[in-house]
Amino acid sequence: MPTSAIAVSGLRKTFKDKVVLDGIDLDVRAGTIFSLLGPNGAGKTTTVNLLTTLTRADGGTARVAGHDLATEAKAVRAAIGVTGQFAAVDELLTGSENLQLMVDLNGRGAGGRSVAELLERFELTEAAHKPASTYSGGMRRKLDLAMTLVGDPEIIFLDEPTTGLDPRSRRTMWSIIRDLVADGVTIFLTTQYLEEADQLADRIAVLDQGHIVAQGTADELKRQIPGTHVRLRFATLAELDAAARVLADGTRDDEALSLRVPGDGGTRSLRTLLDRLDEYSLTAEELSVHTPDLDDVFLALTGRTAETTDRTTETEAAR
Amino acid sequence: MSATPHAAVMLRRNFKHIARNPTAVFNAVLMPIIILLMFVYMFGDAFDVGVDYIDYATPGLILLAVCYGLGSTATAVNSDMTKGIINRFKVMDVSRSAVLTGHVVASLLTNVVAVAALLGVAFLLGFGPAAGPLDWLGVAGMVVLLGFATGWLTVALGLAAKSPETAGLASVPLVMLPFFSSAIVPADTMGPGLAQFAQYQPFTPIIETVRGLLAGTPSLGTALVAVGWCVAIALVGYLWAGATFTKRA
Repeated sequence: MPTSAIAVSGLRKTFKDKVVLDGIDLDVRAGTIFSLLGPNGAGKTTTVNLLTTLTRADGGTARVAGHDLATEAKAVRAAIGVTGQFAAVDELLTGSENLQLMVDLNGRGAGGRSVAELLERFELTEAAHKPASTYSGGMRRKLDLAMTLVGDPEIIFLDEPTTGLDPRSRRTMWSIIRDLVADGVTIFLTTQYLEEADQLADRIAVLDQGHIVAQGTADELKRQIPGTHVRLRFATLAELDAAARVLADGTRDDEALSLRVPGDGGTRSLRTLLDRLDEYSLTAEELSVHTPDLDDVFLALTGRTAETTDRTTETEAAR
Repeated sequence: MSATPHAAVMLRRNFKHIARNPTAVFNAVLMPIIILLMFVYMFGDAFDVGVDYIDYATPGLILLAVCYGLGSTATAVNSDMTKGIINRFKVMDVSRSAVLTGHVVASLLTNVVAVAALLGVAFLLGFGPAAGPLDWLGVAGMVVLLGFATGWLTVALGLAAKSPETAGLASVPLVMLPFFSSAIVPADTMGPGLAQFAQYQPFTPIIETVRGLLAGTPSLGTALVAVGWCVAIALVGYLWAGATFTKRA
């Protein structure tokens, strides 16, 4: 059993003269959620299409579930499941017929999951005999994912699984994804929502214009960029003055009576800071550690914000 | 392995589509009949074609009936492509031929229903062909061959189109082509340029073959040209569809 579910090295793809992926390296450990984060047009779907054998790479190598993408495409396909950017369900068939179609095509027999079991698991039993065209967006996504699960894949690719979903359905989808990983499945997830990557992923790679600009856990990414700081608020201007003399690298804000001291938020540096305040008999009214969120990371890494539209509502909804 | 081969599963899916989307079939069946009624009752007396107009027009309208069914095939194929259903099948290792043949056979089935309905109405209107059983077999063969050829071409158009709307649009020339042939009026009565086009375009020999068969006077030379065109169209469609299926994701 390989510990790497997906190992990618120098993957390149060019459409006509436009370079869509410019040599990306990725490593996804088995049984984890890996998130490829990036704005529209960054190359996320292209990456998924390459790794799922739908398109051929122009360069680089990749092993998926231990099989070489270029030479063992059939073995790769047998190990993976894909839920694309748009719910790929047959609208003229009912939910149950869609699943049966997958069972018939899958031909794995006993290894596969039963239609009834999947309908039950995704709370689609009631709508099982209605055509998929009558389903809501959230139900379609669930059906889509259920269809992917018919083949019992080791690795599931989810291309923007919650784009266009209402907040409630998005939360449902997140919990489904977490359950899948709990069952031992590896998830390769693309998203343009920082919140989603933050919530779900064990590791995140930030993709921008065909390049991986950063890779790591959400916390590692947040720490990678400058900006973590400790904010001290004082009761009086005199105390602020005194503190500013002691902590010369701080930035003062006279109006808020506060001082921003750069620091990594670790306990050691925090203790040093507190010791210094004690040493000069200074007390702050309030102390808070500010860690940049993934938005700040994205902005710092790419010089652009990841999303422009209603991020606040989505972030709120996610909680 | 499962008991049912992929091709059979795909075909069953396409038949279910036809059964659940009767408007598409209705269109494909009804439109040629309306056109038949229109030409026979409204314009028929104005055309002097040497024989009863219904006898002249029916063979042409058989072709039209085949072509009218193609729009919905193109749209269906394209929606499979653009909605990611074909990608899903590809990742499941369903073969190209299973996916595409399903569509071609479904399209062909629609054609057969449309042609049968058209012939039924034509008989009611006094269509009196002189064809013998062998000639009818020839007509059936020609219809199936044409449906097969244009079916593959339409599947290719559907795969290549950007959206279901453009796919529908791309099939319009195929629907219009019979009008610019000897289907409705003899080619030599058309204006210069158009007459030559009508004479040499693929549908004219196909129509003339069907017309000859129904009149009981088939011409081998025309039939060979007609079969040649069908084989060429089928081949182009098949190769184009195959290449697009493999390339596009």
